[in-house]
Amino acid sequence: MEIYLPIADLPVNVFLILGMGLAVGFISGMFGIGGGFLMTPLLIFIGITPAVAVATVASHIAASSFSGAISYWRRRAIDLALALVLLCGAVVGTVAGVWLFTLLRNLGQLDITIGVSYVILLCSVGGLMVLESVRAILRERSGQRAPLRRPGSHTWVHGLPAKLRFKQSRLYISAIPVCGIGFIIGFIGAIMGIGGGFILVPMLIYVLRVPTSVVIGTSMVLTLVTMAVATVLHAATNHLVDVVLALLLMVGGVIGAQFGARASQKLAADRLRLLLGLLVVAVGLRFAFDLILTPHDVYSIRPMEGS
Amino acid sequence: VSFARFVIAAAVCAFAATPAAAERIVSSLATHQVFITSQFIGLDLVLFGSVERDAATVPHSGAYDLVVTVTGPKESQVTRRKERVLGIWVNVESRDFIDVPSYLAVLSTRPYEAFTSVDLRRRLQLGLERTLLPQQIGPDLADVVRDDPFRQAFLRLKTARHLYVENTSGVTFLTPSLYRATIPLPAVVPVGNYDVDLKLFADGVLVGRASSAFEIVKAGFEQFVAASAQSHGTAYGLATVMFALVTGWFASVVFRRD
Repeated sequence: MEIYLPIADLPVNVFLILGMGLAVGFISGMFGIGGGFLMTPLLIFIGITPAVAVATVASHIAASSFSGAISYWRRRAIDLALALVLLCGAVVGTVAGVWLFTLLRNLGQLDITIGVSYVILLCSVGGLMVLESVRAILRERSGQRAPLRRPGSHTWVHGLPAKLRFKQSRLYISAIPVCGIGFIIGFIGAIMGIGGGFILVPMLIYVLRVPTSVVIGTSMVLTLVTMAVATVLHAATNHLVDVVLALLLMVGGVIGAQFGARASQKLAADRLRLLLGLLVVAVGLRFAFDLILTPHDVYSIRPMEGS
Repeated sequence: VSFARFVIAAAVCAFAATPAAAERIVSSLATHQVFITSQFIGLDLVLFGSVERDAATVPHSGAYDLVVTVTGPKESQVTRRKERVLGIWVNVESRDFIDVPSYLAVLSTRPYEAFTSVDLRRRLQLGLERTLLPQQIGPDLADVVRDDPFRQAFLRLKTARHLYVENTSGVTFLTPSLYRATIPLPAVVPVGNYDVDLKLFADGVLVGRASSAFEIVKAGFEQFVAASAQSHGTAYGLATVMFALVTGWFASVVFRRD
């Protein structure tokens, strides 16, 4: 069944889009991430222009993270205070990211920057996740006890000033690294058109030592707010949000997210991290191949800016 | 006396407007307004008509040949070329094509070589290869040589998207004077005004010319959504976020287990 998308200006198969929403939603529910780094390339692959894809995916991520956030809220697994401080940093980061985005576009080097940053970011974050989880699984196999990571254990990050108390996370840490992480997420999100959940989750766990139980819920609240704001900004400035495409993705996405969340409860945490790491690396390699392999056609056409 | 003079003047005018004893092309499009609705998946627009002759028309030895050129709204496109730099493929060079047709279809009864001279083909810009594609060259706008790689790449990429079409058997004469052609409009066809230009050839010369037009517009729901996104961007964005929240909330209620 084909339906013509009013903003993207092309017909798509309804079931294909629902299926894509379902699949990405499943993954996002399973790992507690938005899934933008998967959905945006998928939409571009089926012929939707990158600008429309980025703008529309923001609303899809908002829907699936809201659905996820509700279920985490019921389980009291969200640290609202932590989310709020992260958000402060994210807002500044987004503004800085949009500024750099415009600068790079004027220099004509935006595409290559986005491509290279996808490769570096996905391969490094994914690689670290794979390494860490394989080490954890091997440790478990050999019968060793994993070193206990209590909420109280300290790193240099915990020695910084301007401390705040986050009750839900049982943390008493400086606001500086929290805002800094928020800044990085906002900055990357604005440039690459992703929610950044897959970077935020490991950062909260490894840098801030936030308990795993509240990490995903808190990350979802941050993703929800940034993506909702991004949707309104994209709609107000570029008029490129396709509401029909967004609705199809949302419906598939929220259903998939529910099943994904259930599937994740059946898997051990380190195996879950290994899977996510492999997925992230795979997408990163896909981008790397695009940059390295000889393209099918070295020429490309695109409408001129402002025409 | 003055009336007689007027009649003569009018007759002279009419004579000047239509070249000596030329054929008249009558054409009709299946529709002059193509509506893009939510079911739109592209359309084959039928063009048909006939060649009218009168007693004064010079008889021709061969059959008629017709070339139909359909031109969509103008747009500007940048064509980029990649090159390997430090192991990765980077856009290194680009050309701006200014005010070129977003859609272009050239349909004819036979390959142009069969019924026109080189000179005539060039003068009338018959076919995709000879269509004017102005590029920004410094401060000037100019078309370049036909084998320019950027120009060829532009035509190739447009053709691959079915936005540029060339079919040298796309027009059929059902009888010696009755013709029919189908204009293939792909699903991604841009909205706007389209010009249809018909050129009639006989014995190697242009014997008649006519034009027609149609319009592609979004209709109904598609039109409503596109117009709202353009004129009420913020409200449109807020509505989309509301949809997202409602969908997310609804799913969490439906799938609630406890």
